[in-house]
Amino acid sequence: MQAQTPIETDRVAYRYEEDGPLAVDHVSLSVRPGEMVAVLGHNGSGKSTLAKLMNALYLPTEGRVLVCGLDTAQEEHLWDVRRHAGMVFQNPDNQIVATVVREDVAFGLENLGVPQPEMIPRIEDALAAVRMIDFAAAAPHMLSGGQKQRVAVAGVLAMQPDVMILDEATAMLDPSGREEVFATVRKLNRDKGITVVWITHFMEEAALADRVVVLHQGHIEMDGTPREVFSQVERLKALGLDVPPMAELSGMLAAGGLALPAGILTVDDMVKELRACLSKSST
Amino acid sequence: MLKDITLGQYMPGNSVVHRLDPRTKIILTTVYIAMIFLVSSPVWYVVPLLYVTLAARVAGLSFRQMLKSVKPLRVLLILTFVLNLFFSGGTTVWVRWGILAVTREGVLLAVHFSMRLIFLVLGTSILTLTTSPVALSDGIEILLRPLRVVHFPAHELAMMMTIALRFIPTLIEETDKIMKAQQARGADFESGNLIARAKAMVPLLVPLFVSAFRRAGELAMAMEARCYHGGEGRTRLRILRFTREDAQASAVSLLALAVVIAGRALL
Repeated sequence: MQAQTPIETDRVAYRYEEDGPLAVDHVSLSVRPGEMVAVLGHNGSGKSTLAKLMNALYLPTEGRVLVCGLDTAQEEHLWDVRRHAGMVFQNPDNQIVATVVREDVAFGLENLGVPQPEMIPRIEDALAAVRMIDFAAAAPHMLSGGQKQRVAVAGVLAMQPDVMILDEATAMLDPSGREEVFATVRKLNRDKGITVVWITHFMEEAALADRVVVLHQGHIEMDGTPREVFSQVERLKALGLDVPPMAELSGMLAAGGLALPAGILTVDDMVKELRACLSKSST
Repeated sequence: MLKDITLGQYMPGNSVVHRLDPRTKIILTTVYIAMIFLVSSPVWYVVPLLYVTLAARVAGLSFRQMLKSVKPLRVLLILTFVLNLFFSGGTTVWVRWGILAVTREGVLLAVHFSMRLIFLVLGTSILTLTTSPVALSDGIEILLRPLRVVHFPAHELAMMMTIALRFIPTLIEETDKIMKAQQARGADFESGNLIARAKAMVPLLVPLFVSAFRRAGELAMAMEARCYHGGEGRTRLRILRFTREDAQASAVSLLALAVVIAGRALL
């Protein structure tokens, strides 16, 4: 794992039009090496804009964004920034360039000028890591949404980035596709130590990250571990966000007089805690 | 299924013709076209006939497949034949109806031009039948590369072709979806005369265009995010190589060309 801060934003602000409102309003966020940060927020909270600032697709109106220590606003760093910080987008159909899976994974490597003999193992490794190696010769339009997104992840992975930014990469997928893409990225994060910025509006996904950042109207509203963030049920609701069902249930139980430990997020945890409660009361 | 459409006319295979380097095939097709235009009298079409038959045989293409490629041309063919037959002038009149006269020269010319058209299509369709669109755009890019000196966008052209090919199935699927959505709301694409049907296409084309532009914008951003910055300093996954087979095919083509040129000189 690299010791350098993969992404650091320093009071970054961005507006789309000159006199328009700030889409991102002075956000200072430091992503630690090897962590998986989920950025939550409802539509218009600025989470997608923040993602594009991290990859030099947008340049800050004010403030700075550093990717592996490189200032994104400096033009000579542009391609280095994009190599270090790979990005996967929302629509699986609109980010695959080539007519064959293998060639699409090669696209980024071709752009970087990687010599052809070196490309082949890198493509194979990337496709194997997302479990798409059997589809190397397939046409992208024959794949399912989840498979296409995994190909897009492989395309970024082959470029050997330090950070992967996934901008609502699961928003257009069905539940099983969502799970398959999330699990793939989570595994890459754990096994290869790739830092992940996971932008989403699905609470269940955010609950499984190392850290959750909640954006609201362009600024950071909450920042902490999933347990810390999701135990604040009322505050999340005030921001117009859904609360994971189990966090909501434990909130309701607490209101009814049954105090469970804070930060229960999954059904399994809930079952475990309730069992513990029951055995305590029966003795 | 709309999803399973094949792109272009490409017939996958593993014959010598299929295996040839796309650059060779493009060049040899150009040589073939030149040869057709050099044929001086209908008799000498025997050379392209032999050439096309040989190529189709080796490529494993059936007579029917070859004929299918000429079919869309039938109106143009009849027109060419009729116009040349009656309006080429000439002195040796064979038949005459009023102002229309069929002359010996007219008949020769009509046959000549029709043959020319038929053989042009037959020969070039061997290229498209045996070369995948991707290989074709690769070949075109490399062949046109020298023209970059005069700022000809060879790489951009090939990239556009690749992206177009990639998005054909996506857009067909989308058309299908929009059509069903419009039909569910009472749109009628099937009845009425030509004008009514063309008008019915408007509510189909507008959303399709809007969506295509949106896709283009998103794709451009995704390409930039993956460090795409034009053809400069780019390497390629697919590397094209000339082999012995390319040399042999070229020799056969040059021989055919030589025969036609010799025929021109003799007669």
